[in-house]
Amino acid sequence: MIHASLRELASALETKQVSSLELTELFLGRIAQHNSTINAFITIDEEKSRAAAKAADATRAAGNAGPLTGVPIAHKDIFCQDGWRTTCGSRMLENFIAPYNATVVERCNQAGLVSLGKLNMDEFAMGSSNETSYYGPVRNPWDTGRVPGGSSGGSAAAVAARLAPAVTGTDTGGSIRQPAALCGLTGLKPSYGTVSRWGMIAFASSLDQAGPMAHSAEDCGLLLNAFAGFDAKDSTSLERETDDYTRSLEQPLKGLRIGLPKEFFNADGDAATMAAIDAALAEYRKLGAETVEVSLPSIGQSVAAYYVIAPAEASSNLSRFDGVRYGYRAPEYSDLNDMYAKSRAQGFGDEVKRRILIGTYVLSHGYYDAYYLQAQRLRRLIANDFDEAFKHCDVIASPTTPGTAFKFGEKSGDPVQMYLSDIYTIGVNLAGIPALSHPCGEINGLPVGMQLIGPYFSEHRLLNATHQYQQATDWHRRTPALFA
Amino acid sequence: MFPFFLRPFNTNLAILPLHIMAFTPEDVQRLAKLARIELGPEQVDATLGHLDNIFGMIAELRQIDTRDIMPMAHACDVGQRLREDKVSDGSLEQRDRCLKLAPESEAGLYLVPKVIE
Repeated sequence: MIHASLRELASALETKQVSSLELTELFLGRIAQHNSTINAFITIDEEKSRAAAKAADATRAAGNAGPLTGVPIAHKDIFCQDGWRTTCGSRMLENFIAPYNATVVERCNQAGLVSLGKLNMDEFAMGSSNETSYYGPVRNPWDTGRVPGGSSGGSAAAVAARLAPAVTGTDTGGSIRQPAALCGLTGLKPSYGTVSRWGMIAFASSLDQAGPMAHSAEDCGLLLNAFAGFDAKDSTSLERETDDYTRSLEQPLKGLRIGLPKEFFNADGDAATMAAIDAALAEYRKLGAETVEVSLPSIGQSVAAYYVIAPAEASSNLSRFDGVRYGYRAPEYSDLNDMYAKSRAQGFGDEVKRRILIGTYVLSHGYYDAYYLQAQRLRRLIANDFDEAFKHCDVIASPTTPGTAFKFGEKSGDPVQMYLSDIYTIGVNLAGIPALSHPCGEINGLPVGMQLIGPYFSEHRLLNATHQYQQATDWHRRTPALFA
Repeated sequence: MFPFFLRPFNTNLAILPLHIMAFTPEDVQRLAKLARIELGPEQVDATLGHLDNIFGMIAELRQIDTRDIMPMAHACDVGQRLREDKVSDGSLEQRDRCLKLAPESEAGLYLVPKVIE
């Protein structure tokens, strides 16, 4: 059962082979057994999970079950979940009990999904390795001496170790796709505006987007169906008809044009990673796809533009943490300003402070035009590059990351090295378009991820391509030896 | 909607040297003060080195010619959706739940240190 897909779990529930309570106990047992090894969960509340499972079983007994009623999942600790501690990986919110549900959580509850707990993450989603969490780093189930990626590192590790069948994550610069790649999962960042940001603790509001992480494209589509769609509570939510993200899964790939950006397919790439990508492309060609060269001339500037725009938005968003309305307040201070400065100094970790200072600088008088507006102009050039490329192809392929999971401490001392490892994923967030990462190989026993990028609202197409690939390959079914 | 984005590109700033200067401890302290984050002398030194490296990486974007390119503030160019100006989620019960999360509150109000003597 721990290796079953969401469709298989739903079918077992439907045919009464198993109850939601039994499934929930199974995964709670795995969490109790393995969480101390990988530190994927920050908060577990078994009684709440059991109560939700019993409610799901009752809904099913009454004949009101939906497609996923009773299936257990878990939420990244960035989503407010009513009555649950919600920390965002920070000391600042160590004692914050969310007084309401994020829309993503609310919709999952409505769909009868059972929450197993809150997943570890980089503090305020700022990081690519999960080393910035106040609650300790998450360990990669494939090699516990290595990082799981970030910021949705707890999410990725939990699914890879079979502590949850599927989870939610969020992606501001690659925070779903990069950990999915490093842990051997499929993870989708939807088009900006597809999933409500209401109740999701904000990092960079013009880039943040929630999405599903699971073993397969089919599972991602099923979970996204549960929580995507217009929400009046999020002013950037797009008013569109409800989509079925699984509607194209079975479509054959004949004629699919896969664009290969020459900026990503050159001698600079890691040889072993590029070999795994080439093998995956060969498989796609066997399935009927063709590959064409495309160009993204401004993509080289995406990391620089991102590390102006994201910290600028973060410095503004995180000004709400002042020790007055919620969160940490320093025990001693001399006056109001001193209370702010000491509460924020003690409540935030180093990486968060660094990004707030960068943001404060680029938004300050005299530097606004040179940095912030210039970064926004580059953002448009990068988005225009994607528009142009999609005139010649249906999807774009690339590696998700420059290499496989790295060791703890390998990059944490040098923020610039850490930032540059986001080169393949960041442009997508700046342009707002959807992208996913799926497993496509292994190097020395560590998973490799391939990224597929599509134009706005092409989630169903990305999931279709990946699903067809996953019918012909088994990379997404592999389990780390420690957790088999 | 965002009239300040329509300002013409400031060419004076575009020709500033790539690295205006390295950060000084005073610069870092000024930023920390603006951001309301207390930094001790050791943290200032560590932060200074990191900021120099990060802005070394960011500096490249200032060399790109972006004249006539409209800044992109958001992923999709849609207008701001407005709603009627009325309370949609308020209740005394919810107010009290929120106030319970505050480090100090009293009589439905948040408490802060005395501002005016």
